[in-house]
Amino acid sequence: MLIKRPDDIPASEITPRAMFEDRRRFLLKAGAGMIAGAALWNGLPRRANAAPMKLSPLQASPFSISEAQTSYKAVTGYNNYYEFGTGKEDPAMNAGVLQTRPWTVRVEGLVGKPRTFGIDDLLKLAPLEERIYRLRCVEAWSMVVPWVGFPLAALLKQVDPLGSAKFVEFVTHYDPKVMTRRQILDWPYTEGLRLDEAMHPLTILAVGLYGEVLPNQNGAPIRLVVPWKYGFKSAKSIVAIRLHETQPATAWNKSAPQEYGFYSNVNPEVDHPRWSQASERRIGDLRKRPTLMFNGYADQVASLYQGMDLRKQF
Amino acid sequence: MRTVSADQIGAIKAFLFLLCLIPGAQLVLGWRADQLGANPIEYITHATGSWTLRFLLITLAVTPLRRYTGLHWLVRLRRMLGLFAFAYGVAHFAIYLWLDQYFDWAAIAKDILKRPYITVGFTALVLMAPLAATSSNAAIKRLGGRRWQALHRSIYAIAIFGVLHYWWLVKADILQPVLYGVILAALLGVRAWWREQERRRQLSTPPPVAPSIKGKIIRIVPK
Repeated sequence: MLIKRPDDIPASEITPRAMFEDRRRFLLKAGAGMIAGAALWNGLPRRANAAPMKLSPLQASPFSISEAQTSYKAVTGYNNYYEFGTGKEDPAMNAGVLQTRPWTVRVEGLVGKPRTFGIDDLLKLAPLEERIYRLRCVEAWSMVVPWVGFPLAALLKQVDPLGSAKFVEFVTHYDPKVMTRRQILDWPYTEGLRLDEAMHPLTILAVGLYGEVLPNQNGAPIRLVVPWKYGFKSAKSIVAIRLHETQPATAWNKSAPQEYGFYSNVNPEVDHPRWSQASERRIGDLRKRPTLMFNGYADQVASLYQGMDLRKQF
Repeated sequence: MRTVSADQIGAIKAFLFLLCLIPGAQLVLGWRADQLGANPIEYITHATGSWTLRFLLITLAVTPLRRYTGLHWLVRLRRMLGLFAFAYGVAHFAIYLWLDQYFDWAAIAKDILKRPYITVGFTALVLMAPLAATSSNAAIKRLGGRRWQALHRSIYAIAIFGVLHYWWLVKADILQPVLYGVILAALLGVRAWWREQERRRQLSTPPPVAPSIKGKIIRIVPK
């Protein structure tokens, strides 16, 4: 089925230039109004604008949900991409310098046919699907994002994983020349999944959202999306995928192992050590809503974790 | 500006009052114009918290500033700055109760008891209340200068709790809370240093001889 994308972005959702500029003036005034703590201010925004390219044709997916989609402006303006700054608006302002072409992804490790894929090969590797998924951040906010991508399994099948492969590691792009921020996590940012999680049909590699090429701040040109796990598991701007026999180290787990486990499945019953995970604020809503087990994907994925103590293996 | 007249201090206070309202006004206007980003509740929660901490540090900066510049009238602005710290703190807590938790008292009680960063933040706010309540001249008279000063020294603990509250809630990037911590350490450090100087000064000058009875011989002789 062909989905007409532009209708999903009402004109009202797209911030007019005048408003952006108003916003700058607003922040400027904020700066002027400060009598102290000027050094603590986060600075004024610089916004990278690029005309996004449409992706088509797109197939609809039975895995898509019908909940209201978070506005394009919020999805592309409120991001965690620490290589481009820790403020939520920093990635949108700073990720413009990321060069997403040429781009290759090496698939290696315990595979029969290791191979380096160019981004254009990846775009043609499997039919592009629209997957409207919930996204639950570990910080207790959530969105509904219409991703465009294809199952990670389609890529992994092309390289013939060996019988000994049990885990998949995702290595992301790190270019200190343009990612000039202080080292906050151990970069390059890496993430990992168990092979069965990686092969699960819900797990996709996303190359777009809202029918368009992925904006840089959302992890262009290709990123992981694992909708039943906290958002940080879905690594952005991937350059290598490695299959391992043993569990790979992951960036947040290395940073704070007691707070961010390898699995990091969305689980309202297992709190973050410092805050509750029982509820979340859907971006755009005023009130919080209860968080669902496995972010609402329990029917599809709960069986992967049968017999595991999810409090211990969080 | 060594000394200022009553009229001048009145004008300075009025100006400062308006200046201190700006961050709050920005939040109200920004909220109404939908210019606080994708997560406005988070934005105003963080902004009011940051301003509470900034006003605490500004309040603590008054005494060192006054000592190093000789502008003694600065102390007359301190009460207002402290009260603004309290006001932003109350706003921060009110936003948490209302917009963040929607008066879910069970969840709030659990947060305060179970989450160390909320425990220290809440403690700081509770400790600020008596300072705000005793900020009037009448209260200073009622308590007496010494007791009032002793009570108001709890601002040192309040500011430390405030910085901890921030430090314990950030994810990986501790730069901002560290900056606040460094400024606070400097403001408290200078006080500790003065105290030490004063102690040394007292030790190095020989204690004044007690009004002496030297020379007089008092004989206690039974008659």
